[in-house]
Amino acid sequence: MSVTLTIDGTEVTVPEGMLLVDAAKRQGTEVPVFCYHPKMEPVGMCRVCLVEIGRPARDRATGEPLLDESGDPVIQFGPNLETACTMPVGQGWQVRVASEKAIQGRNEIVEYLLTSHPLDCPICDKGGECPLQDLTMGHGPGESRFLFDDKIHLAKHVPLGELIFLDRERCIQCARCTRFQDEIVGDPVIGFYERGRRLEIVTYSNPGFDSYFSGNTTDICPVGALTTADFRFGARPWELNSAASICPHCPVGCNLTLSTRREARAGGRDIVKRVMPRQNEHVNEIWICDKGRFAHHYARDPERLTTPLVRKNGKLAKASWKEALTRAAEGLKEAGTDLIGVASGRLTNEDLYNLRVLFGKLGGKAILSDPMAGGNLVQRYGVGVGSNLSSLGKRDAVLVIASDLHEEAPIWWLRLKQAAERGATLIVANARATRLDDYAQHNLRYDWGDGARTALGLLHFIGADPELARFEGDRALKSAARAFKRARNATVFFGREGLNYAGTEALARACALMIEAKGRLGEPNNGLVAVWPRANTQGAWDMGLRPDPRGLNTALEGAVAAYVIAADPVGDESASLEKLSTLIVQDLFVTATAELADVVLPAQSFVERAGTFTSGERRVQRLYPAVSEPSGSLPDWKIVAEVARRLEIGLEDTAAPLVFERIASEVRDYSGLSYDDLAVVEPQWPEVGGGDNYFGGTAYANKQGLGVQLAPHRASRPLRWKAPPRASAAKDLLLMPVTKLYDQGRTLRPSKLLAARMAPLQMTLHPTEIERLGLSGAEEAEISWDGRVERLKFTPSTEVPPGSALVPRSVGLALLEPTPVTVRRPN
Amino acid sequence: MKPLELLRGLRTTLFMMFERPVTYQYPEVKRPVRERFKGRHELKRYDNGLEKCIGCSLCEAACPADAIFVESAENTDEERYSPGERYASTYEINMLRCIFCGYCEDACPTEAIVLEHNYELSYTNRREAIYTRDMLLVPVLPGGHPTPMKTTPGEFDRSIPEMDDPQ
Repeated sequence: MSVTLTIDGTEVTVPEGMLLVDAAKRQGTEVPVFCYHPKMEPVGMCRVCLVEIGRPARDRATGEPLLDESGDPVIQFGPNLETACTMPVGQGWQVRVASEKAIQGRNEIVEYLLTSHPLDCPICDKGGECPLQDLTMGHGPGESRFLFDDKIHLAKHVPLGELIFLDRERCIQCARCTRFQDEIVGDPVIGFYERGRRLEIVTYSNPGFDSYFSGNTTDICPVGALTTADFRFGARPWELNSAASICPHCPVGCNLTLSTRREARAGGRDIVKRVMPRQNEHVNEIWICDKGRFAHHYARDPERLTTPLVRKNGKLAKASWKEALTRAAEGLKEAGTDLIGVASGRLTNEDLYNLRVLFGKLGGKAILSDPMAGGNLVQRYGVGVGSNLSSLGKRDAVLVIASDLHEEAPIWWLRLKQAAERGATLIVANARATRLDDYAQHNLRYDWGDGARTALGLLHFIGADPELARFEGDRALKSAARAFKRARNATVFFGREGLNYAGTEALARACALMIEAKGRLGEPNNGLVAVWPRANTQGAWDMGLRPDPRGLNTALEGAVAAYVIAADPVGDESASLEKLSTLIVQDLFVTATAELADVVLPAQSFVERAGTFTSGERRVQRLYPAVSEPSGSLPDWKIVAEVARRLEIGLEDTAAPLVFERIASEVRDYSGLSYDDLAVVEPQWPEVGGGDNYFGGTAYANKQGLGVQLAPHRASRPLRWKAPPRASAAKDLLLMPVTKLYDQGRTLRPSKLLAARMAPLQMTLHPTEIERLGLSGAEEAEISWDGRVERLKFTPSTEVPPGSALVPRSVGLALLEPTPVTVRRPN
Repeated sequence: MKPLELLRGLRTTLFMMFERPVTYQYPEVKRPVRERFKGRHELKRYDNGLEKCIGCSLCEAACPADAIFVESAENTDEERYSPGERYASTYEINMLRCIFCGYCEDACPTEAIVLEHNYELSYTNRREAIYTRDMLLVPVLPGGHPTPMKTTPGEFDRSIPEMDDPQ
């Protein structure tokens, strides 16, 4: 149903139920707003969107529309101005935005909003991109009738936690921030306190403003009341240059804009001053999580490698590129075919492609460092083109299994939470409680390691395979399976929590078969999504890399020479590399692995280089160079190509787009794609950025590309389910590595701002377990496995299933997979 | 050539010999400049020694020659440079670029930057032409304290001086 109305003399037809303010926006008439935000419910608090609304008059007795002499409907204007943001449009309305009465009304509202505003625009971080500034210029009176002396002075430096600062004077009480936290995120950790002019925003949580999405409130704040500690007084908005990028922290692939400026403090180099969301309604809408926003400082860490290192007389010493590359090439040549390349999904497709081709030609093998399977299945059973989590609704189902999305991929968590609130059936299956449980209609709880078994149980009901009868589950499982089967569209997110490589493989297969059983493979919002540990792990699979099923350590044992890029086998899983005759490490920092290396090659971080990432939803997106590289470093694909040239292997070594051209000609799913295709944009709703920041906030408009979602290709042969591996024989305790958003990885530690929120190195276990293991009263526990002995602090939590202990990944304990350990009270 | 005209010219010369000379023996003798002369910039201080500049970069935005570069940082009561929260941690003017138009003065919300009367600028290389914060800041007045200074919390929490009600 659509409705036709007239706004300032122009007729416009919009869907029924649309708010008048949005209808005006679509038609091109500017109705100013402060409190209204197109992503949130209207509240009509700021009153700045006042317009005159004339409705067709009706006969009171008959309800028939009244007509004048010429046969036109009689339009009745109300006595008062009305807020356009709270009014759904009506048929035949005549709306006056630019009438004298409406202009006067808005004028007075702006004058009123400014009564106690400090007008300290010169030092305000919002100054230059401030809706209040813009709308005061556009709709304000220019002069105030209020007395300056009556301005109320309030605190200007109120930390709401260590990430976000509040300036109470500047706040115009629009409640965008509190509503964002409440409605969109579901973390109501900030709220209003007191009333009237004394009203202030307070935080209820400890630590303050404890939400992974807190930075977004500064984007939608229409004044400079909320600012981030990262950018506070960092630069004026008009001084910043911007470059498009993709977040390198998780597989969601949030679109970013990096705001850069040349800084005297940084020795005259360009540096990234702030990270802002870039609108992509298919991926991250206009939001990003705080990790994406605040964890970018590693790119300008002074400890970055800026020159190649070569081992001389047992010590790593600075060397020229020529020397280092020659040494690397010689090492690889001497090793014959006993070579191994280890890379991670932190690299771009271009890097991974060059590496895979190099090792293919040399006769060695390039593998992925993180033990998680399923990338090949996502290629075949991935979500169809046009999938969009924000289009999920009543008839759709989503299964999230063995993953804690809130920690691993916060924006997916956010969008799935919203989908569930719109009516989508959300099924969450995990061995422990996660933050998504509150929004799920079906919560399936299984024992650690039984992720695949649960998935097969679901598959049994969905696909009715009699062979699977032995996996039949309880009532909860049945009802979840029924809901999944009934839904029109079904998406499955699978992770790796509590699973080793074999476990994830069985799980991925079961999930892929569930998608197949639904029979809508390749349709939008149907398919398999892997919650990968890194941003481009899916791209790595697409480029032809995969983990070694025997495990990274075993794979490394058989090799004579290893080429490790953007991975740290020593730091992450205590791999022993002493037997290697040549170890080449290519990274940003001297990692634990690099310390053992014969050759260390300095690479470039995501802010300095071009490339492409393939997200978990298989959307290929471009990142653009934002700042100049630290002298001496090269992009990874280039280094690999330079090594290859010394081995007389021809790889593309001139430009990233040309490497991508080769990918497009060789990798089937990418065929025909080019950087130009990835840079195509189309109009998106709501409009943001530029002159529209009063409407949608200061998120950047997307002018650099929405990326291209890859279509899943048909399976060449039928897929068979795989029996889940037997659970590891339990010793005292199953030590379970889990992902935390703020870990202490090398790329996070330089962001000092997040230091207080980083997960500490300690295990969490059930209080009864502490007693059972005789640890009551002890400070630490001594745990041992495979000849390793570690001492760990511990803390009780009833959320952890008995028999297991959780320990965060990347906080100092080299452990990737669930491991049975023996526990002893230390002497 | 007519002798009469020659004599007329010589007469002017003769009279000029008894006029007061208009030339100055610069640099021994300096001609005083007008009050509104626009010479080298100075960054002013309040009487107590706090810098007037709050690092807002508006001078930089107003500068038609892109001669000014500002970086700002946050004040604390332990280390206070200027009133309010923000101060200029880097302030540079490239005098080779500056056209002495005075727009920076106009843009300044705190009257911190003033084009003063010093016109004696000379450099032997480009780097010397860049005047830094320390070179531009005026000395602390007697009775004031040098910056950064330690202040009591709440005393200087406003960047822009209190305005009078504009009647």
